[in-house]
Amino acid sequence: MTNKVLVYVDHFKGEALPASWEAIGAARKIAESLGSGVTAVIIGQDVQPLATQAIEYGADDAVVAENPALADFRPEPYADVLSKAAAEADVLLLPTSGRTRELAAMVAVDLETGMAPDVIEIEVDGGLVLATRPIYAGKLLSKVVIKERKPQILTTRSRAFPKPEPDASRSGEITNLEFEVGDVPTEVLGYKEAAGGVSLTDAAVIVSGGRGVSNNPSLTPPDEITDEKDQEIWRAQQGFGLVGDLVGVLNAAMGASRAAVDAGYIPYANQVGQTGKVVSPDLYIANGISGAIQHLAGMRTSKTIVAVNKDPEAPIFRLARFGVVGDLFDVVPALTAAFKERLGK
Amino acid sequence: MNIVVCVKQTPDTAATVTVEDGKISWGDAPLVLNPWDEFAVEEALRLKEAHGGEVTAISLGPEDAKEALKQSLAMGCENAILVSDPSFAGLDSLQVSKVLAAAIEKVGEVDLVFFGRSSVDTDSGITGSQVARRLGWPALSLVAVINSLDPESKRLEVERMLDETRQQVAASFPAVISVVKEINEPRYPSFMGIRKASKAEIPIWSAAELGLEGDLESALTWPDVYAIPKVETECEFIEGETPEEIAAKLVDRLIEEKVV
Repeated sequence: MTNKVLVYVDHFKGEALPASWEAIGAARKIAESLGSGVTAVIIGQDVQPLATQAIEYGADDAVVAENPALADFRPEPYADVLSKAAAEADVLLLPTSGRTRELAAMVAVDLETGMAPDVIEIEVDGGLVLATRPIYAGKLLSKVVIKERKPQILTTRSRAFPKPEPDASRSGEITNLEFEVGDVPTEVLGYKEAAGGVSLTDAAVIVSGGRGVSNNPSLTPPDEITDEKDQEIWRAQQGFGLVGDLVGVLNAAMGASRAAVDAGYIPYANQVGQTGKVVSPDLYIANGISGAIQHLAGMRTSKTIVAVNKDPEAPIFRLARFGVVGDLFDVVPALTAAFKERLGK
Repeated sequence: MNIVVCVKQTPDTAATVTVEDGKISWGDAPLVLNPWDEFAVEEALRLKEAHGGEVTAISLGPEDAKEALKQSLAMGCENAILVSDPSFAGLDSLQVSKVLAAAIEKVGEVDLVFFGRSSVDTDSGITGSQVARRLGWPALSLVAVINSLDPESKRLEVERMLDETRQQVAASFPAVISVVKEINEPRYPSFMGIRKASKAEIPIWSAAELGLEGDLESALTWPDVYAIPKVETECEFIEGETPEEIAAKLVDRLIEEKVV
């Protein structure tokens, strides 16, 4: 291992998270300050192509650890390998995901060092990385330093750092890490079908619906739905159908407020906010979301916020760049049509 | 089954959090059981009710962290232990995990340890994985459902939330499990539970009792904490006679500002 700055390339079944390349971009800046290069670390099975990609995105070289026992992500054997690869490094960056949060946490224990997740800014001062991360659901920011221990382990939040332009002309050495896989304490039985669509944390555009999506008085549920709660959910599904049309036109991800999730309108996986996902898209369109503090905490760093709400006093308008006071059942379909026309879809 | 659930006391999520002279303040907002930990307590109680045994809630924190433990007792935990020592103040997760692992070992013969997915103050979500690593037990993180559990063979099958989909995993006890909110609907404490909890004497385990004297040095330091800079946003309200006119104007503005 030649380089002091390492980036772990997170992937799901061989497909890299875009945030992995953002982490390489952030690592390049650190490496320049430290007078070092960047080594990408790739762990899995049949993951060699990711090494080439990592170099195109800015890594100087790559280390690959392949083994059939690593075909499915499990934190224990992955941490064994990464701790071995990172033992001599000064800095280890990982893109933030559910996987890397626990992977980085375990490597920190193995190497008795510090680890900070969800980093949104990085500076280098005197060989030390000074990281900034949100706490209290983004209400506050905290600076974090890992002193006198190495490597300094950080996970970078999706979309907080620019994604470098890949350069196919770059080349670098790719080496295979020598290692043995010990007993793995868990067995992967399978996967539920992937949800598909654009992931909330990676999305450039998010269109969200709130409790308001069920309030369309002009809709009459079919006669066979007699239960009042079922009627409400049927109404909400029609409302989210309209939101979904706009999601489709903008190639966006679908978000929701906690109120909509708690009411059973849409799965928890779509929830944006303090107890859901924290997102930071270029454009966030909130439909029928009043803007509870917990929701705002999860989307306030969006570059441009558009709010559609019947209530002109809704707190969401205080954060929004553009607002429409009106009925989402009129405005959202009109927006879908207007985007379709202007974007030539 | 001998189950431990690790809980933390945090400010209520609706609190207005501010920084004064470098110190974090949440005003008069109440301190509560970390909302994510309610799901961990609930799942531990459900397993106990299905398979027998007892649940011990453990919290690391100052003396006033007893409120989180009382809430856990009121929900139905049999035991509560406060792990508290002046040397534990301000520790990072690397050291917190060491203290909690020592406490779990002191409880002894533990089958399962539950954590909530993260705490709503530091938002890190890493302590459970670190405790599992220190104990050398399997880490089952972000579990959305426990599909099966057999106390005889000490085997369980769970579904974990990955960012992309759910992963179905089997493991043996002892194990560390962190849970997400999809796993259950936490119960409210019963009146009897609250009465019992209010009278409970909660034992305190110190660093000396855990054999951790002079052994704890955080890797992280926090040189600064501050409120997010206020972004002054003047909302531009888009008006028009018809939804179509409003939509066209809004799309024009978004294109003008190069948002899309």
